[in-house]
Amino acid sequence: MVAIKQVSKSFGASRTEALQACTLDVPAHEILCVIGPSGCGKTTLLRIVDGLIRADRGQVFVNETEVTAPRPDVAMVFQHFGLLPWKTVYDNVAYGLRVQGRADADLADAVSRYIDLIGLRGFEKNYPYQLSGGMQQRVGLARALAVNPEVLLMDEPFGSLDAQTRELMQEELLRVWRSQPKTMLFVTHSIDEAVILGDRVALMTRRPGRVKEILEVGIARPRDPETVRRSTRYLELREHIWHQLKVEVVGGNGQ
Amino acid sequence: MSAVAEQGRAAGRRESVAGLPPAGIRFLSVMVGLVAWEAYGRALHSVIFTYPSAVVRAGYELIVSGELQFYLKSSVIVLSLGLVLAIVLGIPLGILMGRRAVIEHAVDPYVNALYATPLVAVIPVIVVWLGFQTKAKVVLVFLFCIFPILINTYQGVKNTDSRLVEVARSFCSKEWRLWRDLILPSSAPFILAGIRLAIGRGLIGMVVAEFYTTITGLGYMIVQYANTFRMDRLFVPVVVLMIMGVVLTGVLRHLERRIAPWLYVAREE
Repeated sequence: MVAIKQVSKSFGASRTEALQACTLDVPAHEILCVIGPSGCGKTTLLRIVDGLIRADRGQVFVNETEVTAPRPDVAMVFQHFGLLPWKTVYDNVAYGLRVQGRADADLADAVSRYIDLIGLRGFEKNYPYQLSGGMQQRVGLARALAVNPEVLLMDEPFGSLDAQTRELMQEELLRVWRSQPKTMLFVTHSIDEAVILGDRVALMTRRPGRVKEILEVGIARPRDPETVRRSTRYLELREHIWHQLKVEVVGGNGQ
Repeated sequence: MSAVAEQGRAAGRRESVAGLPPAGIRFLSVMVGLVAWEAYGRALHSVIFTYPSAVVRAGYELIVSGELQFYLKSSVIVLSLGLVLAIVLGIPLGILMGRRAVIEHAVDPYVNALYATPLVAVIPVIVVWLGFQTKAKVVLVFLFCIFPILINTYQGVKNTDSRLVEVARSFCSKEWRLWRDLILPSSAPFILAGIRLAIGRGLIGMVVAEFYTTITGLGYMIVQYANTFRMDRLFVPVVVLMIMGVVLTGVLRHLERRIAPWLYVAREE
């Protein structure tokens, strides 16, 4: 579904290399978690897949067609939520559909369906500033799902939430994914999150980011996060990923 | 023991004076000012001075004769036309400047130069070119009004959260749609503040234009009664201008607070 081929990207006058020949494949209905030290280019990679910025070298294909600009079959959920503060929950969820030119009468059904799915019934008329962080990100998720994309790009979506809310949102996402099994590229810096959510986990090196290793999680779905956390496979993966990551983080600090 | 009680009472008294609501203090202050003016004016007995009750009486006469309404109407027309023109041209141009680098750099020197010029200096030029009628005055008010609106709109657009612009692009928003969903609402508080400043400047432009041009408007009333030493009547248009300024900027201030409630959340909590 998503094919990232030898993608490289540099920034600024000094041409600091952010990504170096990244290659990743995400088959349909898979969740691929991308994990790496801060500043390894994870977010840059997502922005390239979304078509927000162009790669210097290499190509990205979604559904066999090359990505050159943002497209309606790919939607992104942002770490900063990215909600429009002057729009209500309802209008924020409807935003993507309205931008696509859908008429109000036509989109009402879809919007209320996703508001229900994400547990926001009763908050339609609230404004984002009246909601907690977790609730705001539910709106962000509903907005992305409402355009019915084939690919969801998750840019550390729960990164700015507190630890408890974060675990609840992971459970919520797994529940939503069961009814809407989207192809997902999920960037995170939490090992726990990557193992709980991912079918596979891609480990990235420190800047310039390269794919260091791809791990099969191999834990059956549907998953219950609490049970997963007690399993030996979880502990094994966690330890392995941490050892691999530590090398990158420590090496990065030494630079 | 009694000293402590004394201190407590003193503190209590001070508190009760400072404890007056701000509105009460303001009202009292204005009352004291008016009474002092009245007393001083009556004691002075001078042709070049006046006092509040005389101004009120003059105002009543000017309203009964219809003179005030006549001049006020022509002033309000000039102010509204100039202001509306400045809003209609200033906001789109400000947005264009904020969104398109070519336009930003092309327009910038004109805006900077004209904004820095004391516009009173160009009044004779406008009079020579456009004459003494409404057209000349509208153009002057427009010139006084447009820069705060244009510059504030531009600043507002520049202040739009670039992360939200990226969200809009991610959802494949077209540019005009981006203006509507994002740029305008996010710069609305800036634009309203710009209009508030423009009203203040517009009133100045209007009066000065009326000093120099036609024989109508509140500005003309002021000149006319100053020349004939009718100080009580002279103060009537001045008070009307003051009320216009206070009311209009007050309304805009109120709108500014209403339009972007999310900006005030942090303060309330």
